[in-house]
Amino acid sequence: MPTVSMTVNGKPVSGEAEGRTLLVQFLRETLGLTGTHVGCDTSQCGACVVHVDGEAVKSCTMFAAEADGAEVKTIEGMANADGSLSVIQQAFQDHHGLQCGFCTPGMVMSAAALLKDNPKPSEAEIRDYLEGNICRCTGYHNIVKAILAASGQEVTPIAAE
Amino acid sequence: MPKDHGIGASTKRREDVRFLTGKGRYTDDINIRGQAYVHFLRSDVAHGKINAVGTSEAETAPGVLRVFTGKDFEGVGGIPCGWQITDRQGNPMQEPAHPVLAQGKVRHVGDPIAAVVAETYEQARDAAEKINLDITELPAVMNMKAALEDGAPKVHDDLTSNLCYDWGFIEDNREAVDQAIKSAHHVTTLELVNQRLVANPMEPRVAIGDYASYSDESTLYTTSQNPHVIRLLMGAFVLGIPEHKLRVVAPDVGGGFGSKIFHYAEEAFCTFAAKQLKCPVKWTSSRSEAFMTDAHGRDHVTRIELALDAEGNFQAIRTETYANMGAYLSTFSTSVPTYLHGTLMAGNYKTPNIYVNVKAVFSNTVPVDAYRGAGRPEATFQLERVIDKAAREMGIDPVEIRRKNFVTEFPYATPVAVEYDTGDYNATMDKALEIADWDGFDARAAESAKKGLWRGRGINTYIEACGIAPSALVGQLGARAGLYESATVRVNATGGLVVMTGSHSHGQGHETAFPQVIAEMIGIDESMVEIVHGDTANTPMGMGTYGSRSLAVGGSAMVRATEKIIAKAKKIAAHLMEAAPEDVELKDGQFSIAGTDKSVAWGDVCLAAYVPHNYPLEELEPGLEETAFYDPANFTYPAGAYICEVEVDPDTGKVRIDRFAAADDFGNVVNPMIVEGQVHGGLAQGIGQALLEGCAYDDSGQLISGSYMDYAMPRADDVPSYSVDHSCQTPCTHNPLGVKGCGEAGAIGSPPAVVNAVVDALQRNGKDVTHIDMPLSPSRVWAAMNG
Repeated sequence: MPTVSMTVNGKPVSGEAEGRTLLVQFLRETLGLTGTHVGCDTSQCGACVVHVDGEAVKSCTMFAAEADGAEVKTIEGMANADGSLSVIQQAFQDHHGLQCGFCTPGMVMSAAALLKDNPKPSEAEIRDYLEGNICRCTGYHNIVKAILAASGQEVTPIAAE
Repeated sequence: MPKDHGIGASTKRREDVRFLTGKGRYTDDINIRGQAYVHFLRSDVAHGKINAVGTSEAETAPGVLRVFTGKDFEGVGGIPCGWQITDRQGNPMQEPAHPVLAQGKVRHVGDPIAAVVAETYEQARDAAEKINLDITELPAVMNMKAALEDGAPKVHDDLTSNLCYDWGFIEDNREAVDQAIKSAHHVTTLELVNQRLVANPMEPRVAIGDYASYSDESTLYTTSQNPHVIRLLMGAFVLGIPEHKLRVVAPDVGGGFGSKIFHYAEEAFCTFAAKQLKCPVKWTSSRSEAFMTDAHGRDHVTRIELALDAEGNFQAIRTETYANMGAYLSTFSTSVPTYLHGTLMAGNYKTPNIYVNVKAVFSNTVPVDAYRGAGRPEATFQLERVIDKAAREMGIDPVEIRRKNFVTEFPYATPVAVEYDTGDYNATMDKALEIADWDGFDARAAESAKKGLWRGRGINTYIEACGIAPSALVGQLGARAGLYESATVRVNATGGLVVMTGSHSHGQGHETAFPQVIAEMIGIDESMVEIVHGDTANTPMGMGTYGSRSLAVGGSAMVRATEKIIAKAKKIAAHLMEAAPEDVELKDGQFSIAGTDKSVAWGDVCLAAYVPHNYPLEELEPGLEETAFYDPANFTYPAGAYICEVEVDPDTGKVRIDRFAAADDFGNVVNPMIVEGQVHGGLAQGIGQALLEGCAYDDSGQLISGSYMDYAMPRADDVPSYSVDHSCQTPCTHNPLGVKGCGEAGAIGSPPAVVNAVVDALQRNGKDVTHIDMPLSPSRVWAAMNG
């Protein structure tokens, strides 16, 4: 079986991969990075979004071999260096932008990619950008709010009695 | 000043940290050394006779450990149904066998025929292609009414027909209802479809069977909302494993919405095969498999009649519903169209005469069972649609006709066997009108018109029965389980608490909300309370999470166990302070004697319980650990009013939801942030049903909507930001927290609001359209307005 090598979350890694091995399988099964999830088999749900050379990619649509030599970033590499939550992660917690947590890694990776290109997106731009990430729990309301907040824009505070 | 801790505070969720950093531990993240992988060969025809399953070539394929077929399960029990319905004649429902792997016939696309276990997943899948199937395809039973005609092909040859049951509720009401309808001033009739949906939690199902030969113990890791129920059903009815030799673990679970309540064949298979092969066996569902194996939801065809007097007072309701059961009876399938649906047909209204008839039908489709709301959305949809139609026919305002008929005095016993303990339907109606800016509609409609769009508004109310359920009552109605919940509270010597609960969190935030309750009762920091759930080995017997029951039933068990803890701790504190227990007060984590300066801290009492050097050992056992089982006295009845505003594009029929307002009465609220999140999610699922989602089969039983390319899941740009409010609170009268449950409300209350709004938009623009079946796709809306 051929060996593929890449840098994942700043660390050089290599492992065996069949030609048909998907990047998401390589991350989850070979490297044990189970934060990246598989929610469908038609590249629709976005639970598997990672960054490859700085671009958001659905890691179920890419073979591991295609990422040979690439810089890959996953949800495990998103926290601050001291282990605290990054601005986007913290905004998701502060605004209840997640429930079951399964789509969350992909949402956070997509949000980071959006804010890199568009640091102050409107609500409509956020909703449009997230078209490739499905969440079944939150109804998107608080995800949109979290991303607005992470971009430094005003949002309504969370409810309290 | 908003609360910043305890009951009523929007405490941030502690579980989020692991989910946001990739440290969640879902079932597919678990890999056991030496595990094998199973791939199921599934039927690609809806109905067929199995002549032969040739496995010899597959058995010798690389890496294959064994190929299983239905023959391997002949001595094994079938997947059981958890609720027996008695029909109108007093006879039990027809209950077919449900083998783990198909025997004799396949009955739906996706029915498992063979299972290949191999060293790698790829080897299992490759080998499955080498199985030679000889199946004679039979005519598929797809249409429910045709399925009941004489001579129709039968899904189960050993049953007398495709009718599971013909149920009347309440049969003694029937004559009075018929009479009231016959003599009514006005009768509004509506025929509608509540379409088949797929729950689609984002995490597909996974099962890992493991067997320890040294102890003869089996362990199943599974994506379940209720691991104890799976242990009971699978152990007792399928595999014959005593519960003390069977452990079921449901770790982090990525959403359920009902579809992970049920016991599935793959769970039994992996547990069985692990013992046979003496190695762990893992199955991970693909999304495509999920579409054809996860139990589906809804799928009712209904005719409803509402009789009114000249003033618009409701006189009687009569319904006839055909409910699709699919090919086999899933765990709670039979209860959904009956006791979770018929009992809600009174809605928020004082209709004196109600009769509900349900015919449950077998078909060559995936089994249908509970999906968020389960029976209650079906009841709400038909009732609130027919009320809207009646209001229009009689020229009564849609708000007025509802107010006129609201139940306003509590407790209220409905003609469909439930008693609402409390509520204030005018209050939630007022609040909904306020947050929706009902009076500003005309101005917005004018703005829409300038853009060439038709604006409409829809309103409805809903009520649901949650906190499922009083065991004695459901036992009389045919449930084969009790529906209590349990909790063990273990106080450690250093003062921290571990709460082991039978409730299961798969997104609801129990790890955060439950400690808010217990910390407030004792007066300690929430961080001192840890919630343990999802593992039958370290939690007491529990019934799990569904039917918006976790806080109302599981939370009540927790409160009862904590009350026992406090009672014992007071005795210890009394001993330490040399006082009488009845004089001891607990506040802010300090035990004190009123009127004295004597006090002892919570931590000192906990330490004394485990280091009992100065302790009343002759009267009291050491230690501080208590268990409580809580069986509710009644259901809880959350209720509310929902308002939707849409813009319809007359050129394309495309509907856009511009505003959605939800005013709910959930009784007391523990964590408002979590409650609002639950409502948001429910609304998106309800809006999804109203506008987008629909599970489609063709006439031959092929599943047309088998992926996210074909099944329209709501996406971020399909839904609006919502206005939600839960400030109208009539606390539940019979559980210690006064809570009602919030998990399903959004999905129950929202579909009729959307459809009412679209019909309203069309009516305002001169189109005499009285109903459109969901989903309200552009083509359906366009056809209706141009029909």
